[in-house]
Amino acid sequence: MLGIIYALLFYVATLLLVVGLAFKIYTYARIPAPLKIPTTPAPITRFGVVLRMLREVVFFESLFKSNKWIWAFGWVFHMSMWLVLIRHIRYFTKDVWWWVEIAQPFGTYAGLAMILALGGLLARRFLVNRVRYISNPSDYLMLLLLIGIGVSGASMRFVAHTDIIAVKAYMLGLTRLQIGYLPADINLLAHLGLVALLMIIFPISKLLHAPGIFFSPTRNQVDNPREKRHLAPWAAKLEK
Amino acid sequence: MADGDTDIPKMSHPLELPEFKCGAMEGLEPYIASPDHQTALGFPGELVPDWKEKTIEKMGELAEKNRAFKVYLDICVKCGSCTDKCHYYLGTGDPKNMPVARQDLLRSVYRRYFTFAGKYFPWLVGARDLTEEILHEWYSYYHQCSECRRCSVFCPYGIDTAEITMAARDILAHVGIGMKYSNEIIGKVHQIGNNLGLPAKALGATLEDLEEDIEDETGVSVRIPLDVKGADILLITPSADFFAEPHIDGLLGYAKVFHEAGVSWTVSSYASEAANFGMFIGNYEQMRKISLRIRKAAQDLGVKRIVFGECGHAWRVAYSFLNTLAGPFDFLDQNYPVPQHILDFTWNEIEKGTLKFDKSKNDHYRMTYHDSCNVARATRIGDYPGSQFEIPRNVIRAVCNNYFDMPRETTHESTLCCGGGGGLLTDDLMDLRLKGSSPRMTALQQVTEEHGVTHMAASCAICKTQFSKVMPKFGYEMDSIVSVHQLVSNALILKGQDGYDDDNQDEDENTNNTDLGE
Repeated sequence: MLGIIYALLFYVATLLLVVGLAFKIYTYARIPAPLKIPTTPAPITRFGVVLRMLREVVFFESLFKSNKWIWAFGWVFHMSMWLVLIRHIRYFTKDVWWWVEIAQPFGTYAGLAMILALGGLLARRFLVNRVRYISNPSDYLMLLLLIGIGVSGASMRFVAHTDIIAVKAYMLGLTRLQIGYLPADINLLAHLGLVALLMIIFPISKLLHAPGIFFSPTRNQVDNPREKRHLAPWAAKLEK
Repeated sequence: MADGDTDIPKMSHPLELPEFKCGAMEGLEPYIASPDHQTALGFPGELVPDWKEKTIEKMGELAEKNRAFKVYLDICVKCGSCTDKCHYYLGTGDPKNMPVARQDLLRSVYRRYFTFAGKYFPWLVGARDLTEEILHEWYSYYHQCSECRRCSVFCPYGIDTAEITMAARDILAHVGIGMKYSNEIIGKVHQIGNNLGLPAKALGATLEDLEEDIEDETGVSVRIPLDVKGADILLITPSADFFAEPHIDGLLGYAKVFHEAGVSWTVSSYASEAANFGMFIGNYEQMRKISLRIRKAAQDLGVKRIVFGECGHAWRVAYSFLNTLAGPFDFLDQNYPVPQHILDFTWNEIEKGTLKFDKSKNDHYRMTYHDSCNVARATRIGDYPGSQFEIPRNVIRAVCNNYFDMPRETTHESTLCCGGGGGLLTDDLMDLRLKGSSPRMTALQQVTEEHGVTHMAASCAICKTQFSKVMPKFGYEMDSIVSVHQLVSNALILKGQDGYDDDNQDEDENTNNTDLGE
């Protein structure tokens, strides 16, 4: 029964995540940027823009220039999250890929780093009056949700182990549309439930910053307005 | 608001964080455009009866037409990175002047009507129903933003509050709440050709007077041609260069440089304005209409090149938007940038060695340079990234002996706005302008203390006007702000002017001696 509920939950969550995100990305791609507005100094070639974008998404360059505390918490959280995600690939592949194997020990501790960094971000929301002023309930809840995922996940590693062999079999089954047995451990159920919730709200929340940054005109435009004429389709109609 | 009651913050350093003063700038509104000024631009004369539907409709339209608007409203994570970056926040302490808080004034309404979370869980995401009070809150706080983009430099996603401000102003104008200062000026440009409403005849007379001034000063006849067909270069410069101080001295500098470079050039009475306030009010069509005057002038006069005078937002429109709005400029000489910045032109001449300077003429100045926001964060001046910072400094150093930069966190792409940009250069916003200028003024005071800096140069008409107004409040003379080309003009020695041949004679003598020796 539990297996069926969670299977449905994950199928629905995956569907909403994929369709929702695809729709949003399509929308951002479809809407034209009528003017050239890169924040300068900006790269003057497409390759330069790729490098700028890489620096933003890998090192959080602008944030680093801006505020070292937010950068430290934010960067540690995101990079830890990637390690944790990589570590989790093992539950979805029959044979564990070699590079997932390598990330395994790092991924474990990255989980703790992730929780600490999220705690730092949450503390800033309460303690810094400027950040408190701009925070809505959803901003706190988003951090609590991520912390909940981290804590419930880490608890299975450090506090009360679940039957991880069974979990892997269940997850592998889901990828083959087979619903198997899911252990009824509270921390596992909390973990999976919160992850599904995160997947569901991803396309309708500020988590859209992940795909959104790639569509940010101030960061993704080449600084060549004089050399190459830029014209939005709706603006071209004005010329007729 | 009178100047007298402004409480200018005492800052120990330019980026000092203020105490929160909630509501400090609440209700500050520049004059609303009269029905005449509104209808002249095709906007409704006054608040339309169905303002609520029209506001939401316009918001939806912009979200379909402008990717930046849509993406930026969606993706902000409220990290707080931008909260201490706005000079108006630093100067006023009003939390609604923090960039993200300013965006949220509109984002909260957008969420209510355009997002799932805002429609069904408004309390969760801070979504608000649109009210008439909110329109006025927008009008107030979106006219406390100079569209300077300092926040966008520091945002991890590059969210540009200027884009939201422009959109908000555009929406407001479309429901009947336009801004008097900007809309009146735009009307004048459409009708007469420049922000001042200076007709061709008066412009011609002014330019003749200026020619006389140069001749009186130098003994050399330097022309400032108007409407000369077949000239090579069309100079488009802010109309403030024709009448305001220190702008005029910059114009004299351009004229002298063109003269020495031996190029033929002209000013146009039809397009006698570089400024384009269509950008300030966030309206593409208005901005385009103004830009098309420049295209028409260039075609009618049959010029080969377009050069822009010193102006910040004008250079943004020229550099970044002109090709889009009024291009393609395939009828111009493609060997030169279209358009070119006057500082690029002058620096090229300096590098070629065509200009002769006596730097000691500027020895009574100890200079610093204020990077104008639009030039710094939205353009290049030369052909490489960062040339917008280097070329003005190169030119100043070529004509001045004493130059010192202000603290790095207040220059280059991190430059602080003068406090009067983005369509806020109006007396009814003087209180805001003074407070908003205080971070920049504090940075200036620092280099005055450390290096004895006496004067600041800028290459923007709005910066120049703003600083000449606010500097006296910070212990400087109003003429402590100078044009970059004013410094060029001071130091430039024209052919035929006393002192021009001094060095050349030496060289000639040397040459002669060598000849004799042989």
